[in-house]
Amino acid sequence: MTGVRSLGVVLALAIAPAALAQSSTADEIAKYRAALQDGNPAELWEIRGEGLWKAPRGPKQVSLERCDLGLGPGVVKGAYARLPRYFADADRVQDLESRLVWCMVTLQGFTPAEARKNPFGNGSAARSDLEALTAYVASEAKGVKMDVPLDHPRELAAYRVGEKLFYYRGGTHDFACATCHGEEGKRIRLQDLPDLATAEGARAAYTTWPAYRVSQGELRTFEWRLYDCFRQQRFPELVFGSDAAIALTVFLARNANGAPFSAPGIKR
Amino acid sequence: MKSGGAGAVYAALSAAGWLKAAGADAQSPERWNKDAFESHALADARKALGAEAAQSGEIAFVQTPEIAENGAVVPIGVTSSIPGTDSIAILIEKNPNPLAAVFDIPAGTEAAITTRVKMAQTSNVYALARAGGRYYVATKEIKVTLGGCGG
Amino acid sequence: MGDPMKIRAAIVGDETEVKVLMSHEMETGQRKNAKGQVIPAWFIQNVTVVWKDKTVLSAQWGTAVSKNPFLSFRFKGGAKGDKVIVTWVDNRGDRRTDEALIA
Repeated sequence: MTGVRSLGVVLALAIAPAALAQSSTADEIAKYRAALQDGNPAELWEIRGEGLWKAPRGPKQVSLERCDLGLGPGVVKGAYARLPRYFADADRVQDLESRLVWCMVTLQGFTPAEARKNPFGNGSAARSDLEALTAYVASEAKGVKMDVPLDHPRELAAYRVGEKLFYYRGGTHDFACATCHGEEGKRIRLQDLPDLATAEGARAAYTTWPAYRVSQGELRTFEWRLYDCFRQQRFPELVFGSDAAIALTVFLARNANGAPFSAPGIKR
Repeated sequence: MKSGGAGAVYAALSAAGWLKAAGADAQSPERWNKDAFESHALADARKALGAEAAQSGEIAFVQTPEIAENGAVVPIGVTSSIPGTDSIAILIEKNPNPLAAVFDIPAGTEAAITTRVKMAQTSNVYALARAGGRYYVATKEIKVTLGGCGG
Repeated sequence: MGDPMKIRAAIVGDETEVKVLMSHEMETGQRKNAKGQVIPAWFIQNVTVVWKDKTVLSAQWGTAVSKNPFLSFRFKGGAKGDKVIVTWVDNRGDRRTDEALIA
């Protein structure tokens, strides 16, 4: 198996426009994507997420405004671009979603089960607070350069595990992430598969999640994207906020370092 | 349902006023042309709208890609350069109910609308514009693709 | 009373450009739930945009307008600080009105 190249291999599942083949079909699809950029329904989740961040909630009736996302209590701006990272108070490397769960439990008094419930929303009847909060926090990092730290030994360990997971073949189809995303020039139907072994593909992909997915009419986060990839690979279910999900995120986010974060995006 | 080519489309349009349900009072928000919206065939939707035989006119699809990666959200922009345009309608031939939307354009508002529609499958999209009591039409085929896994 | 819309109104030359993002399921009535039951149609039927007591756009929509509808158009006139008011009414009789100031 090839080793990690200079910028690593990134499991990014958005299609980087630059990676599209030169054809009129690809051009028209690029036009489709461009036409969707203005008026992104993700903004509706951002509005709701901001409300959830600021409202006193839970048994302790406290807002999340004291939550430390890595840049200090309550500092939201730019935080997403520096996640995941190690948090001493939790003694764990956490991505945004697991950090939000942590804050909801420790600051607001929710039980872990309550905080973690319904991570992936389904229509107006089953809204996900976590998706809204993620959309809001991510939107506050728009334009900020990806700068995921790898200073702490636990961060480094997570990176290594994530890298291993990326190449790990399993499930009924013997797929690894790298099976689809480790080679140039591949596609599934009309969607080009970015070669995440290239810096270009890696950066463009990670920086466009979370995103409003038109095919679902929902705002989806990076945890969702990994979860859904595992499902498509016929892997066992990737548990929300698990060490495995976080490790893969560390691996991919770190490899996107240097690129400006541009989510929430809008996708098929 | 469609009997022929574009000529048949235009020929099928009948003249009985544009929107039976909406009168001059554009302020009342509850008028809704049930017959038109609930028609299942393009010809019936046109009949229910009561549009006259439409000729091709200066109506452009703007910012309207030819391929939609997903049929749930297809951006459609319609601009009518016909002076005096006071109404624009969007119909999608192969949808279960072809009529998607009707926009009333008061004086002072540009006859140019951008919105997003659902398309059940690859289909001709019709933009109808009414100006000076006459009806004009333009059409464009938009392909709807099956997606891959990601994105 | 539905969820808030996001309205942006900005001066472009001698016109005001209005862009609206609405929060609505726009259920077609074609889909079925996990139990195989049809999910009833639920969609915005009427939209009105008002500026200075004048209706600058009105629309009738069917189920084919996409979920979380987006709408963009321009009208002549408008000054910074003027109010633009958007109202939608759906087939259940629910309505929502939001406003924004022209930037």
